Amino acid sequence: MTELIRPGFGGLPIGRRGLITGAGALAGVGLLTRPAAAVLKLDVTQGTVQPLPIAISEFVGGGSPQDIEAGKGVSQIISADLRRSGLFAPIDPAAFVEKITNPDASPRFQDWRVINAQALVTGRVTRQGDGRVKAEFRLWDVFAGQQLIGQQYFTQPENWRRVAHIIADAIYERLTGEKGYFDTRIVFVDESGPKEKRIKRLAIMDQDGANVTYLTRGDDLVLTPRFSPTSQEITYMSYGKGEPRVYLLNIENGQREVVGNFPNMSFSPRFAPDGQRVILSLQQGSNANIFVMDLRSKATTRLTDTPAIDTAPCYSPDGTQICFESDRGGTQQIYVMNPDGSNQHRISFGQGRYSTPVWSPRGDVIAFTKQTGSGFAIGIMRPDGQGERILTEGYHNEGPTFAPNGRVIMFFRDPGGAAGPQLYTVDVTGYNEQRVPTPSYASDPAWSPLRS
Amino acid sequence: MIRMLRQLGGARVAFIVGLAMLAAACAKNPMDGAGQALGSAPPGSPQEFIVSVGDRVFFESDQSDLSSQAQATLDKQAQWLNHYAKYTFTIEGHADERGTREYNIALGARRAQSVRDYLVGRGVDANRMRTISYGKERPVAVCNDISCWSQNRRAVTVLNSTGS
Repeated sequence: MTELIRPGFGGLPIGRRGLITGAGALAGVGLLTRPAAAVLKLDVTQGTVQPLPIAISEFVGGGSPQDIEAGKGVSQIISADLRRSGLFAPIDPAAFVEKITNPDASPRFQDWRVINAQALVTGRVTRQGDGRVKAEFRLWDVFAGQQLIGQQYFTQPENWRRVAHIIADAIYERLTGEKGYFDTRIVFVDESGPKEKRIKRLAIMDQDGANVTYLTRGDDLVLTPRFSPTSQEITYMSYGKGEPRVYLLNIENGQREVVGNFPNMSFSPRFAPDGQRVILSLQQGSNANIFVMDLRSKATTRLTDTPAIDTAPCYSPDGTQICFESDRGGTQQIYVMNPDGSNQHRISFGQGRYSTPVWSPRGDVIAFTKQTGSGFAIGIMRPDGQGERILTEGYHNEGPTFAPNGRVIMFFRDPGGAAGPQLYTVDVTGYNEQRVPTPSYASDPAWSPLRS
Repeated sequence: MIRMLRQLGGARVAFIVGLAMLAAACAKNPMDGAGQALGSAPPGSPQEFIVSVGDRVFFESDQSDLSSQAQATLDKQAQWLNHYAKYTFTIEGHADERGTREYNIALGARRAQSVRDYLVGRGVDANRMRTISYGKERPVAVCNDISCWSQNRRAVTVLNSTGS
């Protein structure tokens, strides 16, 4: 069985396609000692999950010293991805008994049982004659003595980190039953300089903070970048010479264009799930209303028309509903409407103000920023407004964005004063809060879809 | 062997107690030009507009209504702007940091619009003015308490520098 991986790319500078050309299955070499239905599985349906002990052996270098270095790097990235998820507890390699030298052979399971590894990852990295790198791995169920997956990938050497993320996703999916989110990127606003004259640049990076690339130079103030679900484009707001407007930016070739020909300021853009439309706010005097524009026909449709601030629109993943915030009732609250603007109804009724709603890719919840007297929290509620849960609170947390599997939320946290914001993640369970490394202050994160 | 890793309880809600709003030392930025002695600016100059007339008005939290003090400032602005009709100008609307980004962009626009409407009502030609909102992106005072936020909730009338 061969599964084709969609070609990716290495970010700017432009036109550098990654060419992860394919994944081939490796034949199993383990002993089949139990039926397939009884294999190792991590139950992630509970509120808290005891992390699964997993051993990630150093990937064997196929030949050259470069291969050995790459093998180490791949193992470390897989380990870091799985650890950050909070669902896995990679075992310290110092505790390993067996040193894997031939990843084609069955490991000595007893050696991994004694260190209580539930699962084991082995693999190899080999430079090919054509300059590409082959990365192969096997995932083992230690107590069953059975191979769970075996796959190989070919890529250009500069994409080795991406291969590691793809392998981590394969392991995550096999053991949790849910899609992973490691082979993804984050677009965000990099912030530098004093707060009164903050310089903001669009930047993009891998979800683990590696490979940061700047997409704008900082001449213009830029805000709220959002990924296209279907293409290598982002939409964002930028202050240029004239009216602040919503733009599209192709992150492969750097081409930029204005979205729509609106007379006034446009802001708060987001793509529809089909990637063919952008929904945004248009300022009209004292009011902001929500419009949607078809990117091909340029046809623009008004969806709201109230003497209020209607903004932060976001489609449900199936495109059948739109959530947004409005202060039409006096303070910011979350509303839901049909894609044609009909049936606008408020869903948030708790104490405080609700804003920046964003629909989970699973469709089951809407995440939001909630402002109360004491601070700004990140929470989730069901699309009918029920089941509100606060995930993190503090002086200022804002702007949630979901990982493509809907399990993790990224947001920014600003301590106030002269300091600046940083990016954090928290699970939808409210556990596993972690800072995301960025080179400088960072805000307005948006998570990409899975790249492959 | 199957390892079922079931845990206690359902979803937990993590509460982190909100940080106390510390009365941190506040780096207050004086208004532009406030260091100049009153009356020293040449008549009809942008300096005079800033120093003697007052280039900005302030708002209550989440409000765009003009206070009586703000109206008094804008009356002086209108008088001056009508006298020196050569100037075109931009009304910049701003919000404090205690709001979310998108909303604050619209709130700043609302404040700029309030000032615009007031000046037009006082006879200033609408064609001389444009508005822009910076949301919470350009504070003038930086600290974690109301002494700064109240300075940042503002609309500033900025004369185009050439005056022509």
